[in-house]
Amino acid sequence: MGTAGISVLQLALSLVLAPLVPGIANRVKAVVAGRRGQPLLQAYHDIAKLLLKGSVYSRTTTWVFRAGPALGCAAAMVALAVLPWGADASLLSFEGDLILFAGLFGLMRFLTILSALDTGSAFEGMGASREAWFSALAEPALLLALASLAGKAQSLSLAAVLAGPGIGGGRGAAVLLAAGAVFIVFLSENARIPVDDPATHLELTMIHEVMVLDHSGVDLAYIQYGSTLKLWALGGLIVGILRPRTGQWMADCAIGLGGMLCVGIATGALESFIARLRLARVPQLLVAGGAMAALALALSLVR
Amino acid sequence: MIPLSLLPPALLLVVGFCAVLAGRRGALSHALGAAGATGASLIGLGITIAALRNARWETVSLPWNTSIGASFSIGFDPLSGFFLLPIYGLSAVCAVFGFGSLRHGSRERSLGSSWLFFCVLAASMALVVLARNAVLFLVAWEIMSLSSWLLVAHEHEREEVRQAGITYLVATQIGTAFLLVMFLILGAAGSAGAPAASPAGQEQGAVLDFARFAAGSGTGIGAVSGIVFVLSLVGFGTKAGIVPLHVWLPEAHPAAPSHVSALMSGVMIKTGIYGILRVLTFLGAPVAWWGWTLVAVGAVSGIVGVLFALAQHDIKRLLAYHSVENIGIICLGLGVGLLGVSYNAPVVAVLGFAGGLLHVLNHAIFKGLLFLGAGAATHATGTREMDRLGGLLRRMPLTGLGFLVGAAAISGLPPLNGFVSELLIFLGAFHGFALPGIPLAVSGAVVIGALALIGGLAAACFTKAFGITFLGEPRAPEAAKAVEAGVSLVAPVLFLAAACAAIGLAGPYALSLIAPVVGVLAGLEPGAAAGLVGPARAGLQSVVLAAVWVAALSGAMALVRVLLQRGRAVIQSGTWDCGYVKPDARMQYTSSSFAQPLTGMFGTLLRTTRRWRPIEEPFPKEASFASETPDLFAQRFFRPVFKGAGAALSRMAWLQHGRLQLYVLYLAAALLAVLVWRLS
Repeated sequence: MGTAGISVLQLALSLVLAPLVPGIANRVKAVVAGRRGQPLLQAYHDIAKLLLKGSVYSRTTTWVFRAGPALGCAAAMVALAVLPWGADASLLSFEGDLILFAGLFGLMRFLTILSALDTGSAFEGMGASREAWFSALAEPALLLALASLAGKAQSLSLAAVLAGPGIGGGRGAAVLLAAGAVFIVFLSENARIPVDDPATHLELTMIHEVMVLDHSGVDLAYIQYGSTLKLWALGGLIVGILRPRTGQWMADCAIGLGGMLCVGIATGALESFIARLRLARVPQLLVAGGAMAALALALSLVR
Repeated sequence: MIPLSLLPPALLLVVGFCAVLAGRRGALSHALGAAGATGASLIGLGITIAALRNARWETVSLPWNTSIGASFSIGFDPLSGFFLLPIYGLSAVCAVFGFGSLRHGSRERSLGSSWLFFCVLAASMALVVLARNAVLFLVAWEIMSLSSWLLVAHEHEREEVRQAGITYLVATQIGTAFLLVMFLILGAAGSAGAPAASPAGQEQGAVLDFARFAAGSGTGIGAVSGIVFVLSLVGFGTKAGIVPLHVWLPEAHPAAPSHVSALMSGVMIKTGIYGILRVLTFLGAPVAWWGWTLVAVGAVSGIVGVLFALAQHDIKRLLAYHSVENIGIICLGLGVGLLGVSYNAPVVAVLGFAGGLLHVLNHAIFKGLLFLGAGAATHATGTREMDRLGGLLRRMPLTGLGFLVGAAAISGLPPLNGFVSELLIFLGAFHGFALPGIPLAVSGAVVIGALALIGGLAAACFTKAFGITFLGEPRAPEAAKAVEAGVSLVAPVLFLAAACAAIGLAGPYALSLIAPVVGVLAGLEPGAAAGLVGPARAGLQSVVLAAVWVAALSGAMALVRVLLQRGRAVIQSGTWDCGYVKPDARMQYTSSSFAQPLTGMFGTLLRTTRRWRPIEEPFPKEASFASETPDLFAQRFFRPVFKGAGAALSRMAWLQHGRLQLYVLYLAAALLAVLVWRLS
């Protein structure tokens, strides 16, 4: 099987399996809480149901509101095409592709925030404000963490950055710190506990969910699918940082899938055992993530 | 004999004076000024592009007053040509916008003088980058500063405009004072070092010719090059708006008419960057601390600029602070480039310079676009206060579209032009980090952290600027009544928006276009730079590919939505407000509340003052809230300094009593003193 073929296969697997991860996290939470919980495939059911529904659009909204979901979801799909799985390069691999990876999620977030502001709703404005706040702090943490790994790998493409030996190599501390920083970004960007609670039903406390209050039907399906893709992409980044490489694409694929299963389980476990942070404390968490990334950077300077 | 590159400035001057002479009839001089300025600038753009493509470099030196070292030396090289592109391009676009935005005033006052100053500003900016003699340069520089000052003071009957004008005038004069000293040092060092370096018997030219400075770079300048660098950073940095010398920007840009703000913020402040780069070419091999200084200045300017921008609710003041931020990004790029040169890492140097330079061009385009878009919105509503605006995208769809593109571009989002230049700077910094050697690695880490933070904050700021102004419901009646601006206001906005997308999608091409300039700055052989940017070029091609994929995928998804929604209920309704019965436009988030979490976090730096009357009774009669974020450096540094200087100098006031006879005596005494000094 050619390299491009493997990349396409891996991309297709990502696009198909992404909605499974929130299902795994939810199942873990249910098991810990002693419930039976929703089906593993609940996200697929939700998306399918939403796709077949009509839509309600606010009279305040403009084309920005209608363009946002499709464009944002497309940006997330292309970001997955940038992220490599195994030792093989991704479809869109080049020197500096990690900045495109971050930039595509920046574009997605920009569109989500503007769609929220387009409704003129006070609640959605509040969510947008908080999203802008947290993401502005998450951005340096992500890029510094990636920079520390790029310094180790002596290369600026994600394929090389993630092709390292994982924690098995000589510099376990820097890798662990970078992975920790990316994990904090993962929690924040995907609206998971302790930053945001995907299960909350009080608009005042929501961040991500409150921004999409006015979306419905196909648009909401795109948004939900897009957010599972984002979860997969940032989770895949953590897996990529920590995992070992075998050199065999099938084994690499299996390790990657296993890693995503672990990410889902870890997210669910974390959400079961810790409470959500008070809003004012969240920036401290994010700054801590930035500090971890900076420390990883400093460690990788020593070589 | 007369170089072709002088033709456009001369044409601009002719147009300007014609506009004044036609001044009796307001409409005629207005039309003449606008059309002439546009035409002359477009001719200039054409000549510049042709000369750049054919690599037709020229230097012409005409004798002038050699006793003070002056000569009328004009040169056109890659660096000048690169800066001429935005100067002419944005001048033409802004003239078109000015035609539309000034028109309503053409009955009340003669616009001839305004167009004269506009043409003089454009011509003097061109002359600044063409001049090859320090005296000529300073003359052009001062004409540029004064003409822009006169443009800022266009609505001089308003008190705040006069205040802004004075702040700008003082700042620019202080900057020039540093430049004067710098050129004197360069002249002294050049005349000490040049004769030895050049073959005997050759025509030397005037003492203050740039060619002399460059020739003396190896010998005479060495000892004082550090001083010259600092002087140029302060002098040119005042014009460019680096922190803490930026205090005039947030005052002058809002006070000026929008097409002038766009021109000043888009290109005039870049002449400061040009000045720094030109001086660097005199100084020979850069010392590492210059690069470090530029990186530090860039990081501080970028972060402080974007934070203060976040705290503003006057849209033009917000944009002015973003100019400070973007000058910071440019300095980061140039700093990376300098460090790359001094630590002998050509890849880092080339990428840093390429990113910094491309950001000069990009910022000219998107900041021009944003100022013009904000100007069109201000024109339609009569207010710059974002908290009174809202819902303008429905009322001004084309202006809104343009502003949205500009907002995404300045936030550095793919695939627009801002992303391309920031990607190059990131790449330079990453390369510096990956190479062996601690200093480059540390600088790379600093630049990556600073750029990432700036990028995140800029995205927050521009979702606010666009979202609050153009989305949601109108917050005040003037916004509700707004209608789309005329074609002469909309066309420039849309043209610049198209340019943002074009440079973003033609990133690989733009990179090879600037490779010669980069090669000069990085001190490489001609053609070497093009090879070094090869991988980055390939990367930019992949970015374009990614953009095409995003466009295709989202297009397909939009199509799927159309198909799925066919035959189903698609209803228009009110915004879901969680069951509230009577929603009001004033319940929306405002620019201040949107930014509050972030401005609160950085409150110690921003020191926002709030005045409010709280709600006290169960049936409140009135309540109010107002916040203001004045410039920290103006308040805490410049104001006390100027107050102290004023107090100290007022002791000398007895010299100035208004008796003319005694003033004549002063003159005579001064002349006598000079005479005695020179004779003895």
